[in-house]
Amino acid sequence: MSDKNISSKMFDWVDSRFKISALVDYMGTKVVPTHSHSIFYYFGGISLFLFIIQVVSGILLLMYYRPGADSAYESVQFIVSTVSFGWLVRAVHSWSANLMVFFVFLHMFTVYFTQAYRKPRELTWLSGMGLFALTLLFGFSGYLLPWNELAFYATRVGTGMAGAVPVIGKDLLIIMRGGTEVTGATIGRFFGLHVAILPGLFTLLLSGHLIMVQRQGMSEPIDWANKSDAEKKYMKFFPNFVLRDLLVWLIVLNIIAVLATFFPDGIGVIHWPLGEKADSFAPPPAVIRPEWYFMFAFQALKMLPSHILFLEGELVGIIVFSLGGLIWAIVPFIDRKAAIDQKSKLFVAFGYFVLAFIIFMTLYGYMVE
Amino acid sequence: MFKKSFVYLMICMFSAVMVSAAENNCLTCHADFEEEDGPSHLITKDIHIQKGLGCVDCHGGDASLDDMDDVRDSKGYKGVPSYKDVPKFCASCHSDAAYMHDHNPSMPTDQLEKYKTSVHGKQLLKKGDTNVANCISCHTVHQINTAKLPHSSTHPHNIPETCGKCHANTELMKGYGLEATVLEDYKASVHGAALYERGDLSAPVCNDCHGNHGAAPPGVSSLVAVCGTCHAIESELFNNSPHKVAYEENDFPMCMTCHSNHKILKPEDKWIGTEEPALCVECHSTDDGTTGIETAAGISNALKSLVQAQSEAQLALDEAIEKGMATTDAEFKMKELRQSLIQTRTKLHSFNLDSVLPRAEQGMKEADEVKKNSATLIEEFYFRRKGLGVTSLIFTFLIIGLYFLIRKVEKK
Repeated sequence: MSDKNISSKMFDWVDSRFKISALVDYMGTKVVPTHSHSIFYYFGGISLFLFIIQVVSGILLLMYYRPGADSAYESVQFIVSTVSFGWLVRAVHSWSANLMVFFVFLHMFTVYFTQAYRKPRELTWLSGMGLFALTLLFGFSGYLLPWNELAFYATRVGTGMAGAVPVIGKDLLIIMRGGTEVTGATIGRFFGLHVAILPGLFTLLLSGHLIMVQRQGMSEPIDWANKSDAEKKYMKFFPNFVLRDLLVWLIVLNIIAVLATFFPDGIGVIHWPLGEKADSFAPPPAVIRPEWYFMFAFQALKMLPSHILFLEGELVGIIVFSLGGLIWAIVPFIDRKAAIDQKSKLFVAFGYFVLAFIIFMTLYGYMVE
Repeated sequence: MFKKSFVYLMICMFSAVMVSAAENNCLTCHADFEEEDGPSHLITKDIHIQKGLGCVDCHGGDASLDDMDDVRDSKGYKGVPSYKDVPKFCASCHSDAAYMHDHNPSMPTDQLEKYKTSVHGKQLLKKGDTNVANCISCHTVHQINTAKLPHSSTHPHNIPETCGKCHANTELMKGYGLEATVLEDYKASVHGAALYERGDLSAPVCNDCHGNHGAAPPGVSSLVAVCGTCHAIESELFNNSPHKVAYEENDFPMCMTCHSNHKILKPEDKWIGTEEPALCVECHSTDDGTTGIETAAGISNALKSLVQAQSEAQLALDEAIEKGMATTDAEFKMKELRQSLIQTRTKLHSFNLDSVLPRAEQGMKEADEVKKNSATLIEEFYFRRKGLGVTSLIFTFLIIGLYFLIRKVEKK
């Protein structure tokens, strides 16, 4: 019996039970637009691949990690010093986490600047915003888990900022910390959030996001509305785009392997050395800084005066950031020009302003240190 | 009736205001003719004034009088005491337990008694030698302050300079046959370095060894006890060593014999051994009828080996750290090794090989563990590089294969 016969028989067996031939036919007709910015289509896939690495390496770390003020630091120390390839798993987890945040940022901005959020992809954009927020929360909650000095103080500052949120701030701070201070109770909460709540929510939202992307296909450039069919070029989604995606994933995996081997504790400002164990009685380190992707917000809040009019400066900052985030999230609903396939200079300018603000504040934050 | 009462009340209030104003007459007049460093100016920061005492509480007289001559003639006037009388003058309050209980219950009241036993006290009170220190020499006259205040002359940080005012005065010390180098020596010592360079206020200063009010050089027999106040383990080991009896018999100044007194330098391993600059050879030789030289050689060799092993272990560990490996376990063991070296050096005060060698051997084992651990980490480092090379090669083949597959698919 030839291989072809075996595979077609297997397909028939599945198809007779789950009726997948319609789906396969649909996938066969699915195409991806080809143009000068086609590279943007790979960023979402890379983010997805990095999330898969996160899940796999996270599960491996879970086998040895023990949450708690008396055990978290020691268990991470055990992982990196004694467990076979423990150092590699932690390095891969940390590098892929940082790269995932980077590619999620990149994916979001490329979607924004190509105005791919426009009708009919408003909900795809919204689910993507949700995934972006969850990615940042993953980073924030994971940072504390080694229970080292840097993580302790960064979390104290981070949760302290949440405490400045109007009305619910104080309650939010206590819920996040599991008390008024960052203690072993905080690790328990962050651990639960990091390994159960966030992955569950993320998987749900990601499934919705992917279903929408598959159902609606890749967004075509906004200026294609004025092009004839002959001028538009496409490639087959399967197998052409899928194979290209695989190729990119392999390159990313190789880059992670190199980074994890040469820089298991990170490099420059992107670093996660275990250092000293957290000690609430010890003097804080000279430099307390958040992860690089929170630096812009941290620096902006730090630069605000203590009071602006009758409000606390930090509170004003949080209100401005919240309003900015809200506008960013509902942009598909307020960018009326994009909805009719026309570029909106105002929203492009807003995008550049946000991007410049993030880059400038991040760089400035590291420079003033 | 009401009018009468009101008049009495007004008279009483006016008198109180007048008396209150009159209490400042000492300072009012003295401030007029005294310079900035005169008593009337300095006294404002003195602890006695801050505790509510006035000029008349020490000097007597009536402060409400305007005329200085009247004050001198007033009841209880003591004026300025002679240098010799200062201790008694201060003690009129400071030796009065009941009085001191009301003002500063935690302060002892035996200063004068102790002073009488001190070298200073004996010279001044019995021989009338006014060149020696009395209360004001150390505490100042009108800017007396608690030793807790950093600017006080008796604050630990300032004690060496306070004593040095006399003891570093060559002319003055010559009269007593004393070296005036004590302050200079102290500053060059490990204790001086701790105080001045590290700002360690627990470092011993003059009065910690000599006493304060009962200041006297410690006798030979009490030297081990004096040094042992801080160096308890060393002093106990020494007391049980063969040196204790030998030093007593030969009238050697115990700890001082090897460590000196004021210029106590950081001890070095080369001080023990069988050749110069080892101090052992100053007394011991191969034919002195003791096991001194063998013991010195044994301790010296143990120390040399341990220091060498520590240095090799540190090199190996540094290489592992430099390669970015997780060296927590090795670093912890390294701390134990450093501790072992310190304890071996401490144990040598027993001058007994049976006490020193086991600790040194423990240190050698720890050094071996650090070296082995570091070597494993360095090996692991190269294993990781090789592993990465192999993995990258596999990935590269896969990438190339996939690339050709894509080209093949897209050609169709």
